[in-house]
Amino acid sequence: MSGSYFSAIFGQSPVRPLQEHMGKILACVSELTPFTKAVLEGDTGAMARHHKNIVNMENEADALKKQLRMRLPSTLFMPIDRRDVLEVLTMQDMVAGSARDVAGLITGRAMQIPEPLAKDYKKLIKRSIDACQQAYDSISELDELIETGFGKEERKRVGRLLMKLDVIEQDTDELQVCLRNELFKLENELHPVNVMFLYKIIDRTGNIGDRAQRVGSRLQLMLAR
Amino acid sequence: MEFSLWYLGLAAAFGLFMAWGIGANDVANAMATSVGSKALTIKQAILVAAVFEFAGAFLAGGQVTATIRNGIIDASAVENNPELLIFGMLAALLAAAVWLLLASRKGWPVSTTHSIVGAIVGFAVVGIGVDSVYWSKVGTIAASWVVSPMLSGFLAFFIFMSVQKLILSKKDPLKHARKYVPLYIFAVGFIMALVTMLKGLKHIGLDLTYLQSLMVAIVSGIATMSIGIIAIRRIKIDPRQQSDFRFANVEKIFGVLMVFTACGMAFAHGSNDVANAVGPVAAVVSIVKTGVVAQKSALATWILLLGAIGIVLGLATYGFKVIRTVGKNITELTPSRGFAAELAAATTVVIASGTGLPISTTHTLVGAVLGVGIARGIGAINLRVVRNIMLSWIITLPAGGILAVLFFFLLKGIFYSGPIV
Repeated sequence: MSGSYFSAIFGQSPVRPLQEHMGKILACVSELTPFTKAVLEGDTGAMARHHKNIVNMENEADALKKQLRMRLPSTLFMPIDRRDVLEVLTMQDMVAGSARDVAGLITGRAMQIPEPLAKDYKKLIKRSIDACQQAYDSISELDELIETGFGKEERKRVGRLLMKLDVIEQDTDELQVCLRNELFKLENELHPVNVMFLYKIIDRTGNIGDRAQRVGSRLQLMLAR
Repeated sequence: MEFSLWYLGLAAAFGLFMAWGIGANDVANAMATSVGSKALTIKQAILVAAVFEFAGAFLAGGQVTATIRNGIIDASAVENNPELLIFGMLAALLAAAVWLLLASRKGWPVSTTHSIVGAIVGFAVVGIGVDSVYWSKVGTIAASWVVSPMLSGFLAFFIFMSVQKLILSKKDPLKHARKYVPLYIFAVGFIMALVTMLKGLKHIGLDLTYLQSLMVAIVSGIATMSIGIIAIRRIKIDPRQQSDFRFANVEKIFGVLMVFTACGMAFAHGSNDVANAVGPVAAVVSIVKTGVVAQKSALATWILLLGAIGIVLGLATYGFKVIRTVGKNITELTPSRGFAAELAAATTVVIASGTGLPISTTHTLVGAVLGVGIARGIGAINLRVVRNIMLSWIITLPAGGILAVLFFFLLKGIFYSGPIV
């Protein structure tokens, strides 16, 4: 096409694809709310349905991840480091991975959450999704960051978002501790294999918040450059 | 001379062809940034391009035309054989035009300026002799090809940094945009007018002193600024648009600014690139008219007019398609960046036009885009494409030269009646 060589100097910015990817991750993780509800109600049909949704969305996010990686040749000159973009992408990807782990473990073993743990576990799920939402909000600021050329006001704004993300992640840590304590008290009444897996589920669920926070940490590194 | 009318006719035809090619292909790069960032619609871009390419070519195109016409070749080398220079200039025009047509068909990044300079130097070296070329002048021109993208890159970097500092990184960017954007609009009007006044207007009967020029430039800057302020007042601020991207309304104000820089860009492009078409025509015309190779003589106004009309014709018949294509592919550039790149490039190009240096508008613009990029302003720049554009002259110069030599001997074979040298 004549004249098109000039427009070719403008590569596609990775920002929007990165944000879309995180949006997909958030949707995937959010599916844990109805999933957990189904688990606590013992509704296996709904469980299977929501598990399938989570797996599907994780796959879609995976496809987005691969697309974005393909679109980032090393000859691109960007206001954010290419390595940072790829690392954020990997971190985002791992968030969805944790959600799939949790849903997979519970569905695979047709597990029940013991009644005394239910309330705190629901809280943990909610806070984990909150963490993802917060990570998503922070990543959503990337285009504003670039628009302002990483201006001071905008950095402050993102800094505040990331601080809140840390607070949410601490909440999920505390909830995990509570859950473990409660489970410890119940150990003698439950089947040992179930106990083992319950610890594992608590652990994997906690991963969601951890990894969401790590998305934020990578973003912070971009700001520091 | 035996074939005087033929020579004049061919010169006018080739010149028009070349100007058409510039309008059809080259203008697109100058206008596409404005279209891509949606500051202008296609129709508006064509209108702006037509008016300001014409104005730039006609008002400020004289200096570079003089360089192309008699700054590259030492005409005293062909004093006894002025016809040789006629063949050469015709050949150079045809060579550059054909090469450009081929290159733009293939999508190769080729500059009109490099083509014509390569063609002129090529025919001179082979057809007249190595000594007939003002190598120091050619050296200066070549150096300007390196300096101009760098200068516009620097300018773009500082312009964009100032935008960040003054507007974008503030707590209320909208308020600051309203305050400072008119000043940038003033700069556009002021710089364009100043360079034009200082270097151009003798041929339309305006001969001003330095102080008078400065005054006119200031008035012109204030006039443009006033239009800009009115346009900014008319912008509707829609708070709902802010939810997704908080700078949408600020960008609207930069959109107004970009209409002005687009005008400046078209003006600058016209002022520098029209020479690529009309410089050789002017040389042929003056030899035919006087029968001798005059080193200095006034440039006939109709020749500049011919070039200006050719550019607008190219724009109207084909260029609008190219602008649409190129503009569609530039989606990542917002007005706050596009304007910085355009203002820097336009300023660099008009300064070059005033100095009589033929430079590549596209290279200058690419340099400016890089400058904004270095200020962390652009989402992604494809460095491999930048490198290919910047290195394209390595092919273009010899290609233009070789084609020119071929056409030179062809024309000489058809028309030459003078002594054998």
